[in-house]
Amino acid sequence: MKLFLTTTGPDLHSELDPRFGRCAYLLLIDSETLEFQSFPNPSSSVSGGAGIKTAQFVADLKPDTVISGDFGPNAASALRSANIPMYLYGDCKTVEDVVRRLNSNSLKRF
Amino acid sequence: MIKQLVILSGKGGTGKTSLTAAFANLAKRNIPPIKAVLADADVDAANLELVTQPTLLEAHEFIGGEIAIINSNLCMSCGICEQVCRFDAIIPPNSNHPAYQVDTVACDGCAACVYQCPEEAISMVSQRAGSWYHSDSLYGDLFHADLIPAQENSGKLVTVVKQNGRLKALDTNAPLLIIDGPPGIGCPVISAIAGADLGVIVTEPTPAGAHDLERALQTIQHFHIPALVVVNKADLNPAMTDAIKTYCAEKQIEVLGEIPYDSSMSDAMKLGKDIIAYNPDLPASQALILIWNKIIKYLSLDGGLT
Amino acid sequence: MMHQTPLKIAVASGKGGTGKTTVATSLALSLAKNLTETVMFLDCDVEAPNAHLFLKPEFSDQKQVEVLIPRVNETLCTHCGKCTEVCQFQAIAVLGQRTLVFPQLCHGCGSCTMICPTNAIQENPKSIGILQKGKAEQIEFARGVMDIGEPMAVPIIRQLKKWVKSTPSQITIVDSPPGTACPVVESMRGSDFILLVTEPTPFGLHDLRLAHQVAKELNIPTGLIINRDNGEFKELDNYCKAENLPVFLRIPFQRTIAEGIANGHTLVDILPETILSFQEICQTIRNIVK
Repeated sequence: MKLFLTTTGPDLHSELDPRFGRCAYLLLIDSETLEFQSFPNPSSSVSGGAGIKTAQFVADLKPDTVISGDFGPNAASALRSANIPMYLYGDCKTVEDVVRRLNSNSLKRF
Repeated sequence: MIKQLVILSGKGGTGKTSLTAAFANLAKRNIPPIKAVLADADVDAANLELVTQPTLLEAHEFIGGEIAIINSNLCMSCGICEQVCRFDAIIPPNSNHPAYQVDTVACDGCAACVYQCPEEAISMVSQRAGSWYHSDSLYGDLFHADLIPAQENSGKLVTVVKQNGRLKALDTNAPLLIIDGPPGIGCPVISAIAGADLGVIVTEPTPAGAHDLERALQTIQHFHIPALVVVNKADLNPAMTDAIKTYCAEKQIEVLGEIPYDSSMSDAMKLGKDIIAYNPDLPASQALILIWNKIIKYLSLDGGLT
Repeated sequence: MMHQTPLKIAVASGKGGTGKTTVATSLALSLAKNLTETVMFLDCDVEAPNAHLFLKPEFSDQKQVEVLIPRVNETLCTHCGKCTEVCQFQAIAVLGQRTLVFPQLCHGCGSCTMICPTNAIQENPKSIGILQKGKAEQIEFARGVMDIGEPMAVPIIRQLKKWVKSTPSQITIVDSPPGTACPVVESMRGSDFILLVTEPTPFGLHDLRLAHQVAKELNIPTGLIINRDNGEFKELDNYCKAENLPVFLRIPFQRTIAEGIANGHTLVDILPETILSFQEICQTIRNIVK
């Protein structure tokens, strides 16, 4: 499965960023192999509508799911339109936690 | 979780900044103390720094929105830009200026002209619109800004000030962000209240104060943020104060308290102090302490003051 | 006094609550007593319009201010994403096989509609405010009122100024919003004179400097009225001296005035001697702008 996570840094050891639209980095991770690509958030400079722009960027790369601390109303309606399921970090502390919890089906659906 | 408390008013001059500074002081005096980060979101006319004695730690440039600029060497004066612009921001050639140009005040930054110009003679340029600062103040970290007069995009600058305040609160485990909001109900106000846990609206018993309270309340409710009301200078017009209370009761908005009209408020300001620092025993200070105790209860923060 | 050239005075302050509306309404009332001149009052504080509370106009005409918001016809849309590319405000987004519009972010510029290669975007008007005009006794009165939840005051102010052009008058008094950002500039633009109002406090002076700077940038002459003056704040007098900012009037700091205003009275009701002061101020302004 291809997962998008929001993080504060560009690799798998980075801390999770609870913000979706205003996250620092987006990691696209293969949940089996843990291969990943990282992207600086393209919305970092916009004044409004960051959630929409980030959602659009995520949707264009067609992940199977996207996981973050929370989703604003605009981002959520955009991701819903693109049929991308959203999950929440809950009390996960690391990227590894998130992948493990997703594989064991124990992440909370947004 | 960081709690965001925003102080608003609708009408200017009701005492918003004086109250914000007093609340910042009360957070520090609270038993146990509540570590707070302050953000002055009235970037047009930032005054919180005048009563919190800040020492500047960092200064940053703020780049505002982009506006269009016409390269007159490429412009063929076809006038399409003027036709497509819905903000009347294209000035046609005139006796003072022989080429098409952009009215920088009216330009909304939509870039419609950029995409419609057949000569590709128009581009977008960003402008330095002000600065934002991080300071150490009497009551903790203070984030403030100044907008270059006549600049657009104060809403964006408000967002920058708030975001940096929030990040500092995260970094330093401060549970409270106190935001001094701008007057009015427009763009900067909407930016100031976004994500707030509680809005305290400061009003005064004047026809204008009561009228603007209504609009401020409607705005904050439009964005689904819980709101409470404080009536400042309440004894100036007791009948109007009662009318405000009746109105709030009808709207099921709690009036947290009344503060008597006291010229000490401006005396304190002239000394660069908030009213609590000036004299915590004044009737106005005592009223503020009672209001503060209710606010922290609403925000589920600990302790209080007697 | 007949056949004067039209004069437009904007009343502004920087800081809110210094008495801008108090001064603007009393100035209009004082000038209207001189029946040879027609006076127009323009309330440009569209976020918090208050002058009607004092002048009590009867409105006889109104007009909606609208922006055009895109609506996507999904049968014509090819999801090419051109609209998303040109939109500077993230108000339109292509997600999979759907194009979504976020009206609360849209500025109504029409760029997406113009760029769409298949003409799949139509536009629907959405109200952002209302303009009203009428008479307050002999004063022509007009104002704009922004809808709740709308961010943009400038288009309403601009429409208001355009709309009243059909009602010519010799003297126009503009009540500006507080602050120093674009709505203030839009209100001041085109005025012959800017009458600044401040209070003798650090907040008042701080914000007066900013408002004065806006006036200087617009290259419009200025004068000052000091409200709630107790003669104790020397920094303000020093600023006026250093900047050559003429002080036209000092309104004393009195609880009775504050109470009178709180009860809905105008300054000229409370202190009738100010009528003459305001008429003289207007004459002084005429001499300055000449």
